[in-house]
Amino acid sequence: MAIGIVSAAYISAAILFILSLGGLSGQESAKRAVWYGIFGMALAIVATVAAPGVGNWTIIAATIVVGSFLGTVLARRVQMTEMPQLVAALHSFVGLAAVFIGYNAHIEAARVAAMDETARSLLNGFAGLLAHKEPLELKIMKVEVFLGIFIGAVTFTGSVIAFGKLAGKLSGKAKKLPGGHFLNASAALLSLLLLFLYVHGADVWSLALMTCLAFFIGCHLIMGIGGADMPVVVSMLNSYSGWAAAAIGFTLGNDLLIVTGALVGSSGAILSYIMCKAMNRSFVSVILGGFGGATGPVMEIHGEQIAIDADGVASALNDADSVVIVPGYGMAVAQAQQAVSELTRKLRAAGKVVRFAIHPVAGRLPGHMNVLLAEAKVPYDIVLEMDEINDDFATTDVVIVIGSNDIVNPAAQEDPNSPIAGMPVLEVWKAKQVFVSKRGQGTGYSGIENPLFFKDNTRMFYGDAKTSVGQLVHLVS
Amino acid sequence: MIVGVVKEKQNEARVAMTPESAKQLMALGYECIIETGAGRLAGFSDDAYAAAGVTVANSPSVVYDKADVVAKVRPPEADELQSLNRGKTLISFFYPAQNAGLLEEARGRGVNVIAMDMVPRISRAQKMDALSSMANIAGYRAVIEAGSNFGRFFTGQVTAAGKVPPAKVLVIGAGVAGLAAIGTATSLGAITYAFDVRPEVAEQIESMGAKFVFLDFTESQQDGASNGGYAAPSSVEFREKQLSKFREMAPEIDIVITTALIPGRDAPKLWLADMVAAMKPGSVIVDLAAERGGNCDLTIPDQRIVSDNGVIVVGYTDFPSRMAAQSSTLYSTNVRHMLTDLTPLKDGKIVHNMDDDVIRGATITFDGAVTYPPPPPKVRAIAPQKPREKVVEPTPEERRAKERAAFEAQTIVQGNLLAIGTVLLILVGAYAPASFMGHFVVFVLACFIGFQVIWNVAHSLHTPLMAVTNAISGIVILGAVVQIGSGSWLVVTLAALSVLVATINIVGGFLVTRRMLAMFQKS
Repeated sequence: MAIGIVSAAYISAAILFILSLGGLSGQESAKRAVWYGIFGMALAIVATVAAPGVGNWTIIAATIVVGSFLGTVLARRVQMTEMPQLVAALHSFVGLAAVFIGYNAHIEAARVAAMDETARSLLNGFAGLLAHKEPLELKIMKVEVFLGIFIGAVTFTGSVIAFGKLAGKLSGKAKKLPGGHFLNASAALLSLLLLFLYVHGADVWSLALMTCLAFFIGCHLIMGIGGADMPVVVSMLNSYSGWAAAAIGFTLGNDLLIVTGALVGSSGAILSYIMCKAMNRSFVSVILGGFGGATGPVMEIHGEQIAIDADGVASALNDADSVVIVPGYGMAVAQAQQAVSELTRKLRAAGKVVRFAIHPVAGRLPGHMNVLLAEAKVPYDIVLEMDEINDDFATTDVVIVIGSNDIVNPAAQEDPNSPIAGMPVLEVWKAKQVFVSKRGQGTGYSGIENPLFFKDNTRMFYGDAKTSVGQLVHLVS
Repeated sequence: MIVGVVKEKQNEARVAMTPESAKQLMALGYECIIETGAGRLAGFSDDAYAAAGVTVANSPSVVYDKADVVAKVRPPEADELQSLNRGKTLISFFYPAQNAGLLEEARGRGVNVIAMDMVPRISRAQKMDALSSMANIAGYRAVIEAGSNFGRFFTGQVTAAGKVPPAKVLVIGAGVAGLAAIGTATSLGAITYAFDVRPEVAEQIESMGAKFVFLDFTESQQDGASNGGYAAPSSVEFREKQLSKFREMAPEIDIVITTALIPGRDAPKLWLADMVAAMKPGSVIVDLAAERGGNCDLTIPDQRIVSDNGVIVVGYTDFPSRMAAQSSTLYSTNVRHMLTDLTPLKDGKIVHNMDDDVIRGATITFDGAVTYPPPPPKVRAIAPQKPREKVVEPTPEERRAKERAAFEAQTIVQGNLLAIGTVLLILVGAYAPASFMGHFVVFVLACFIGFQVIWNVAHSLHTPLMAVTNAISGIVILGAVVQIGSGSWLVVTLAALSVLVATINIVGGFLVTRRMLAMFQKS
């Protein structure tokens, strides 16, 4: 295939990718948008394989077949509640691939440099490209290789740790080695020094050392971030995997890689920004882990938590006209979404207005709750964002909070000394009655007492969310 | 013990017991007796009572003789009190503040009187709050009464025979009656406005579908929470402001329903003669405060009059009685709830617990002593209201100036960012070789497109977005494919591994996105 046709295919693929992301602005157009992405990807791969200078087709075909098989199995098997860890795992693959490709570029460059003039002129493909580079271009390429490997390596270990935390294989608590972020900063500085050495002729050892340092940074950085900040971490890693692809695109002189990497990178960056904004925290404070220190004595809470049983909740639901359900990570943990959906169906059949209020950081992944509810066949037009529904709580009869805590904490608005002061929250306490489905009397991720639980119009509905909601399904008429 | 009900006097159609409430009283352990014909005007026959197990007595004297507890609707008349013996209990409306003589007489007879109008306004007592249940009916009926006197539709219609404008209704006083009137008027299709001196009810008014008539008044408006949710008299300045607002609205309004009452006082005059004169002929005023003198200058209690300019003023005072079937059902339920609280053991024996806030508040004579007025209840009816911040409407000039300032600030920020970006690009361009610059331009443009596109992604689709970006970041496969043709075995191995993991990424990412998106369904 002529190089011009390959370029044309790349342009089409880039446009298809942009349309694919743009189509996600609505649920219906999104279904078409995925096909744009799939066609774009197929076009890009076919064009690249058919381009001049590409060999070993049998290996390519074999690995693609095996990879497709594994990918299909993965996508079929995964539960919707496991979505966060799947996304994290896939990020780690991109990071790993970026590291390998970066090393390959280095090895090829060394091989080409060792050849004589006549052998070079015979080369084609990637090696041929390398053969025609000028000394300055080679230096720039070295920077690109270095950056690609660095970002790829951080993405790889970071994603592996994030996967472990999300899958419950590692503790969700924030953990740091003694020295904390000082270690990360020195590792990053050392890597910068190695970059300087590598560009000025240091051999593969500098790359290897840098890779180890980057592995350490990725690992240690994500270890230090707690469970509820995972939406930010996952979007951040998403962003990194994009930048890694873009850096490789520079190395290989491949515009499609650059465009796609930049699209993915900016997508992840925007998602991180949205998540941080939803927690009223700066990106830096999330990455550095933990909540900001309290600026004064935290407001004392008066009153007591009053428990209620399923009959009480059910009779309140039977009397209510409007119900809002606020799901959180606890619903995902208890796998209660099916029961919640069943309850919604019954309440709606009884002519009540039932809606869902989703806080941007509910769950462990941006949009996590939406996907779970969609899986349980809750229609998406009754699932509303925080800004859409916050004004309606005052006219709501019953609010059911299922497994969320900090995102419904009134202290964020009422107590300027609270660690989460200023974070936008769902104002559920304005409703006539609030029921909180919760396993026990513990505090939320931030470790702050929630004054909501002590309010006069709040009743605590203790127990596993799945069984609790299941009981309600039978009791509402 | 026996609960007895007599026939009401003065054309009152309501009755204090229905066959349904009698059954529930019997479940509490009481026996029931009723005077013949007591429920006839409300649509309950003697047979229906008898079928429910109630003894039907031929004359009131039999009832007074046998019953230990007598339930009534209207305050008792002197001869009715005479028929009650010492130690018996009377449950009825009483209005002790206005009926001091009657109160003294009840004390003298040694009758224990529970006044249904004195039930304190706390959440627990809502089920026996007869004032609210009657006000609700009055509010509804006021609109129906207005409709039958009003010569037009409530709702606007465009018909083949011409266009009908919607009626405009103004409800003054948004208590229970006012809110019920608002609900009825809006559901009939009228454009409804409502006014109240208590700012905290604005929300309730709007929730019923009416527009709150907002007074631009600096002095803090009164907080109804301090006296159990009722209105208190307002200052002279406030009143003036209020009247001028009404005067301004009068020519536009088709139907006025006034419900403004202040506890223990005559009704305030809010709709003056000149406002009536300003209204269109055929307009209707329904004055629910007529019994206490009326909110309208022209109101004559119990009469429907027509003003000189053809405005109809309805001053009926018996709206609940005009819907006797409904109001008897609700009132008898209120009475039944009161008796439930008085019978904690459900054994048909009254325990007059004077430590109970609700019973204490409603009891006005007990054991030969006057117990009115009651001490303030221990539970406060409504939490004190925080003053509502008034949103100052900016003038068009202010708004324009503000928009312009914001626009300019944004322009400056964007301009600066663009300038810095350009300088940086030029710097890079000055040192980097041409081949690099080509790719760099592509990179910057792609970032830019990415930022523009991603902002439009729906929040609910953020997880599919992550999955799809995951899939397309598998594009690194291209890099591996390009390298796989190399002569070095190490390069080939690493490249093959990269192709493998990138393929997993691509296929897994796209499939899982499709799976997720297929789940999003509209209701």
